[in-house]
Amino acid sequence: MNMVEEALHELSAARAPDGFLERTLRACGLRDSYAKVATPIGDYFVAWRGNRVSAVSRADKGLESFLNWFASEVGRSLEPAEGVPALIRRALLATRGQGLSYDFGQLTEFEQAVLRKTLEIPRGEVRSYGWVAREIGRPGAVRAVGTALRHNPIPLLIPCHRVVRGDGELGNYAGGHPELKKDILKLEGLDLGWLEDLARRHKRFLGSRTTHVFCQPTCSHARRIALDNRVEFSAEQEARAAGYRPCRDCRPVAA
Amino acid sequence: MAPEELTQWLARDLDAGFEEVVRTHQHRLFALALGMCGNPHDAEEVAQDTFVRAYRALKRFPPERLEELRLAAWLSRIAVNVVRNRVRSRRPALALLAGAEAEGVEVPERRAGPERTVLARAGVRRLAGLVAALPRAQREAVLLHSVQQLTYAEVAGALNLSEATVRSNVHRGLQALRARAGWLSEVS
Ligand SMILES: [Zn+2]
Repeated sequence: MNMVEEALHELSAARAPDGFLERTLRACGLRDSYAKVATPIGDYFVAWRGNRVSAVSRADKGLESFLNWFASEVGRSLEPAEGVPALIRRALLATRGQGLSYDFGQLTEFEQAVLRKTLEIPRGEVRSYGWVAREIGRPGAVRAVGTALRHNPIPLLIPCHRVVRGDGELGNYAGGHPELKKDILKLEGLDLGWLEDLARRHKRFLGSRTTHVFCQPTCSHARRIALDNRVEFSAEQEARAAGYRPCRDCRPVAA
Repeated sequence: MAPEELTQWLARDLDAGFEEVVRTHQHRLFALALGMCGNPHDAEEVAQDTFVRAYRALKRFPPERLEELRLAAWLSRIAVNVVRNRVRSRRPALALLAGAEAEGVEVPERRAGPERTVLARAGVRRLAGLVAALPRAQREAVLLHSVQQLTYAEVAGALNLSEATVRSNVHRGLQALRARAGWLSEVS
């Protein structure tokens, strides 16, 4: 073999630099990175792959626990990053996850449907487990919705804190202690005392005398009703009998 | 792993399959990029960019096209385009700069003796520079044929040229290299 062919042969045996595989897979969005973010309600670990968020977790149990949990729940390994992408960071600080993309990894279709529906609940509003079940076309699966939300791998951004029990109690919280659920809802501007008062009096809907539409109490339309025009209803039949129709945005009853 | 197994893997699970594609093709593709750019820094950028584009394209591939995909030729074609676009858009003097800075390239020490190893590395550096200084058509043809080890037909397909043109470009490219690589025979 002459020297040029031999050297070409040597060139073809060149090795990609150390770490090339990992850097390339990360650039393709095939590797999860993680970093810590400080929020008004404490420190959180956030993991993402490409532009998709794959996990959010309170940092109070430590890094090791987060890494182990991620490995067992998501089934992939994590690499530390310098910081969280600005878009994800802003969304976390504002608890507004709607504009982001998510990597639901190994979650079942049902679990994914529950999380996607939960993502639609606006900031400052709450819905019941039953509402989520009904909205995803599985009205009988209320308990399963509760289970799926208790295992929400992306709390805060997927706002499982906005799903509460129908009786006015707040219920379980995937993101940590139930008290935390309260704190986040307060931070989002929800008047919990007022909600509890309505629940105690078994008032489930608010109607407007001017539009003759009835809503869930925290719906943004309900909150704009002037006090003089506001009527409270305990049941759907009561509202309908009074000539009210359900709100198209908060969909307070089954269609 | 046989090429068909890799494309079957891709069809089954794109993300896991693609990791294997990068693992399998990274060194050969880096070598190709090194030959085209002449320095390891640009070569890494080109190789990485090539895989990123390949991954994005594969996401939109219909399964029946995946099965008949010739990965080595297809990746080469993407790499060639990446380099052409870089040269066109922001690095007009790329080939002229090449050769001088080909540091840090690892070559496995297959041959015995420290002198031979050093010679091999120096040879690759110089050669990468010489290859990068060839006219584009010859450079691409030589690298795809000799480094990426594609057949003439595959090179022709990847570069959108006739097989006869590819043969002639490879031939003329190698001739030019031999003429410029006199130093190599001096040390042999
Ligand atoms: Zn409403």
